[in-house]
Amino acid sequence: MNRILPVLTVVLVIVVLWYAAAVQLNKAWVYDQAERAGEPAPGFGALVGLTMNQDRPVLPTPHQVVVELAKSTFGMAVTSKKSLVYHGWVTISATLLGFVMGTTLGVLLAVGIIHNKAMDLSVMPWAIASQTIPILAIAPMIIVVMNSMGIQGLIPKAIISAFLSFFPVLVGMVKGLRSPDQMQLDLLSTYSASQGQTFWKLRLPSSMPYLFTSLKVGIAASLVGAIVGELPTGAVAGLGARLLSGSYYGQTVQIWAALFAAALVAAALVAVVGAVERRTLRRMGMAR
Amino acid sequence: MSWLFFALLFWAAAWALNVRLSHSGLVRSRAGRLVVPAIFGITLLVVWEGIVRGLAVPGVILPPPSAIGARLVTELPTLWADFRQTFIKGALSGYVIGCGAAFLTAIAIDRSPFLQRGLLPVGNFVAALPIVGIAPILVMWFGFDWQSKAAVVVVMVFFPVLVNTVSGLAASDSMQRDLMATYSASYWQTLFKLRLPAAMPFIFNGLKIATTLALIGAIVAEFFGSPIVGMGFRITAEVGRLGLDMVWSEIAVAALAGSAFYGVVALIEKRVTFWHPSQRN
Repeated sequence: MNRILPVLTVVLVIVVLWYAAAVQLNKAWVYDQAERAGEPAPGFGALVGLTMNQDRPVLPTPHQVVVELAKSTFGMAVTSKKSLVYHGWVTISATLLGFVMGTTLGVLLAVGIIHNKAMDLSVMPWAIASQTIPILAIAPMIIVVMNSMGIQGLIPKAIISAFLSFFPVLVGMVKGLRSPDQMQLDLLSTYSASQGQTFWKLRLPSSMPYLFTSLKVGIAASLVGAIVGELPTGAVAGLGARLLSGSYYGQTVQIWAALFAAALVAAALVAVVGAVERRTLRRMGMAR
Repeated sequence: MSWLFFALLFWAAAWALNVRLSHSGLVRSRAGRLVVPAIFGITLLVVWEGIVRGLAVPGVILPPPSAIGARLVTELPTLWADFRQTFIKGALSGYVIGCGAAFLTAIAIDRSPFLQRGLLPVGNFVAALPIVGIAPILVMWFGFDWQSKAAVVVVMVFFPVLVNTVSGLAASDSMQRDLMATYSASYWQTLFKLRLPAAMPFIFNGLKIATTLALIGAIVAEFFGSPIVGMGFRITAEVGRLGLDMVWSEIAVAALAGSAFYGVVALIEKRVTFWHPSQRN
């Protein structure tokens, strides 16, 4: 309970600041209109009213964004090109496919790395270094090259997502699989456990907290990858395409609605991973 | 075909060498820890070159590293201009403003536990959002030039640094704070002499995360509109002309810039937090 009140206060402050900023940023248009009509500039009260519901505001007000979000989510047929459900699903499917690909690859490589010293020494420094480079820059190239090879749609975006979620999972999983301490490993070797048994009964279970932490990072990165992957093809479909077409045609409300949809999707995806994490860790007796 | 064969042979030989090296005593030295990944990196390049030449992969799909290297050298002035536009003007100025603002905000809300309790969950939430999406809006507001890129970077780095600084300021334990109180130290004395130094490992953690975000933000913001110079602009433009060797050289520059930026921040961290257990070995 003592968390909810402060959070609500902060959110409220943000909303108030947002409305104030909207008045400030949108008033130029109002003054311009008044001058063209030859009328005196409106007073403050009228100004606030005129800046709240413009068609193409510089900064849409929160209620405009919420209305647009609700309209394009619930007010349209799901198959319509204007429906955010349609665009959101395009992005989510690429995100999930890429996330599964990247996670699988990351976990497999991590298993290889902890069992093979040469692989550890060769691959691991590159995997860590790759965290510092802007991998997202290759997105346009992957899209266009795969397009010229005749592969379009879901797969190229999923590959970008996979690329982005792969490295956090690899690094986290190597750390997790190495987390059992020497005492525990010694115990298993006194049981004369094989390498496979050590892996399944000790290493894998104790890596779970690390795995879930990196999965949460990975799925958020996947979503960013899918959204950026939708930019180079021009505005075809997906949340990234909504952002791009909004910026082409100056539809600020549409951009903000797409942005909020992306934020909600990200929050939902992270929450789902978090819920799975809590259940799993509780079943395994690791819940804190 | 001989190229392909050579690539496979090189791979096998280098791998055998690495396996040998990793089981020898050399890996315990600093040099050995650098040699093994270096051999692996060179192997990747050779195999890439061999496969592209052996299978005659067209340059518009995957250019060989030698062509990329040649292009990198001949286009050095263009690459430098792009680097200056995107990295120095866009990413670096945004990074400084964003991290500075986040740091000052953290200090400002430090005295109010109420605000901290409210801001931390919100900040953590925002840090997980796809903030690059804000790029088209900021490009609309600040124009096509570097100012809009810097603005995107400011928004992207703000929350990670804020969250880390706030949790860093809470890192000194009550025994240490009590000691400062017995010295009758003022709030500011405690802040500068105890709590900020104790927060440094956390702050640098945020600063290091922010280096990567800054470069990503500056490059992706250029996808939404830019003057005819800049790394993101060059990547999209050259992809459209299928000049993939140029795209790869631009990516190489981005990778180098990203790791150098991270390296510099990590180096400063080493100097500032020399007392921390993770830096002593």
